[in-house]
Amino acid sequence: MDISSINPILLLASLIVAATPLLLAAIGELVVEKAGVLNLGVEGMMITGAICGFAIAVNTGSPVLGLAAAAVGGAVLSLLFALLTQYALANQVASGLALTLFGLGLSALLGQGYQGVKPPAFPQVDIPLLADIPVLGPILFTQDPVVYLAFAMTAATWAVLKYTRAGLILRAVGENHDAAHALGYKVVRIRVLAILFGGACAGLGGAYISLIRVPQWTEGMTAGIGWIALALVVFASWKPWRVLLGACLFGGVNVLQLNLQAAGVAIPVEYLAMSPYLITILVLVIMSADRSSAPAALGRSFHASQ
Amino acid sequence: MLRLEKRPQPSQLWTYLTPLVAVIATMIAGGALFAFLGEDPLVAIRTIFWDPLFSEFAFYYRPQLLVKGAPLVLIAIGLSLGFRAGIWNIGAEGQYIVGALCGAGVGLAFYPIEGWYIFPLMVLAGAVGGMVWAMIPAVLKVRFGTNEILVSLMLVYVAEQLLASMSLGLLKNPQGFGFPGSRNLQQYASAHNAELIAGTGMHWGVVAAFIAVIFSYILLNRHMLGFHIRLTGQAPRAARFAGVVPARLILICLGASGALAGLAGLFEVAGPSGQVSINFNTGYGFTAIIVAFLGRLHPVGILLAGGLMALTYIGGEIAQSNLGLPSAAIQLFQGMLLFFLLAVDVLTNYRIRLKQREVA
Repeated sequence: MDISSINPILLLASLIVAATPLLLAAIGELVVEKAGVLNLGVEGMMITGAICGFAIAVNTGSPVLGLAAAAVGGAVLSLLFALLTQYALANQVASGLALTLFGLGLSALLGQGYQGVKPPAFPQVDIPLLADIPVLGPILFTQDPVVYLAFAMTAATWAVLKYTRAGLILRAVGENHDAAHALGYKVVRIRVLAILFGGACAGLGGAYISLIRVPQWTEGMTAGIGWIALALVVFASWKPWRVLLGACLFGGVNVLQLNLQAAGVAIPVEYLAMSPYLITILVLVIMSADRSSAPAALGRSFHASQ
Repeated sequence: MLRLEKRPQPSQLWTYLTPLVAVIATMIAGGALFAFLGEDPLVAIRTIFWDPLFSEFAFYYRPQLLVKGAPLVLIAIGLSLGFRAGIWNIGAEGQYIVGALCGAGVGLAFYPIEGWYIFPLMVLAGAVGGMVWAMIPAVLKVRFGTNEILVSLMLVYVAEQLLASMSLGLLKNPQGFGFPGSRNLQQYASAHNAELIAGTGMHWGVVAAFIAVIFSYILLNRHMLGFHIRLTGQAPRAARFAGVVPARLILICLGASGALAGLAGLFEVAGPSGQVSINFNTGYGFTAIIVAFLGRLHPVGILLAGGLMALTYIGGEIAQSNLGLPSAAIQLFQGMLLFFLLAVDVLTNYRIRLKQREVA
């Protein structure tokens, strides 16, 4: 056992990499839940995005096209959820589970023949000047562009929800869909758009795992990250900056346990691998006492006749 | 354009028709999928749904129907109780694993003593193990208001790691030449969940599944607790006025579904599977969710749906070996079934009308 072999700066830099897929998926889900829809299919959309992105990136040789394909793949899958819950008024919990089961099967099918293939590498972008700052530079500013995109999206989501009219309407739909409907807003249309956004974000997050973080394709490779992203939204009390904080926390736990595994700590590997899930439960317990910040119409179907 | 109009009352006719329509729609969509994969859709559908029952090798496959159907029905019956009351246990896979670990652990602890009491003790340990695992989300929900969906699901991943740890460590066969996995319970007479009638696939798990169906039917239709469960699902506020204690209902529903999932795991590990190994669990806990919905959360419906789902498992294996169809295609097929079911379900509560013009 040699804990001193763990380099704290490298550790923190890989923490950011581990946090990014979580952050992307959770920001998407936050917008969906703010619109009053509970989409439990994040895991399915992520894994679908992971394979769509991987396949397109391998076949075209362009990781950027791969990411775009992942976003489209996630959004198309979420469209199924939107059709079920917004037009066929199906139960959101059941539909989300269906989406996850379907996505896992779909990705396994699409991914045949991609096992062991290496995707094209994503260029690292050092931000000039900022990358030269000691300690902070290597951690924050020598990452790949998707990391910057995820951070920018967090800021944008926060600003849009808080300061713009579109954000206000989205929140109104999530808090009280009947009132929003009475004011003339298209509840269903707004929710469908939010679901599509959530799907695209989850797809991006999945592709980040298969293209950049790992980078290869294995069946079921998201391993519950989509579910942790769902927990993260609760943890964050539906606030974008807290999602960022939570993603870093979970990324940190994951990276730390992987490093401890590599360093050969006396704790068996399986118990270390459990830790992210156990910590998720622990965090849920701590944060669940206060339910006041949840959107009031979360998980309720809307039909104009009611 | 089409418009949905709410029915004054859910349609009885469509309640029974939707699963059939969903199955037919899935067959059509699945056929298209198989055609896309380069298979003759009719041959593929026949291989999955017809060959296991009526082909010349059906004598081999028919017993498998009971073997695969029993855990699905057992788990789905438990889940349906909670689903009816709006309590979502989706971690049955984890409870299944822990039940198997506890049951097999008790059996292996007695090795090599032979005795009639060993198997009943294992059954008890399996049920208790599954129940305890399900009690974690239940107690956390009651005490702290945590979301039971997320907690029960997280515990699946924890259980999978526990399974790996157990089959590599504590429960590893000391005479297994270093291979992971426990002793084979099929070779330990007192712990073996053997076929009750040779060649039929009928083992204690199948018996337990039938008993669970009957009990759940009586519970839901003839017992106050069953009425409370249904009432809570349909009108939570009214249920509280009627004196239902939500916390108690959560504990009972999650506990019962955990115990049944644990039982399913125990019967599997002591019978068809035989040993605790890393890849012991095969997703019954998740497929059972589809079974519960396909059976309309009704005990008899679940029995039929469990049979159908077992058929797709067996047919999928045949299609895999005969046609070279990937196993993921069957997984996708099962996911599709749930999708179609949820989509068609709208017809139970709504009528489709032609819309004249947009008013809202």
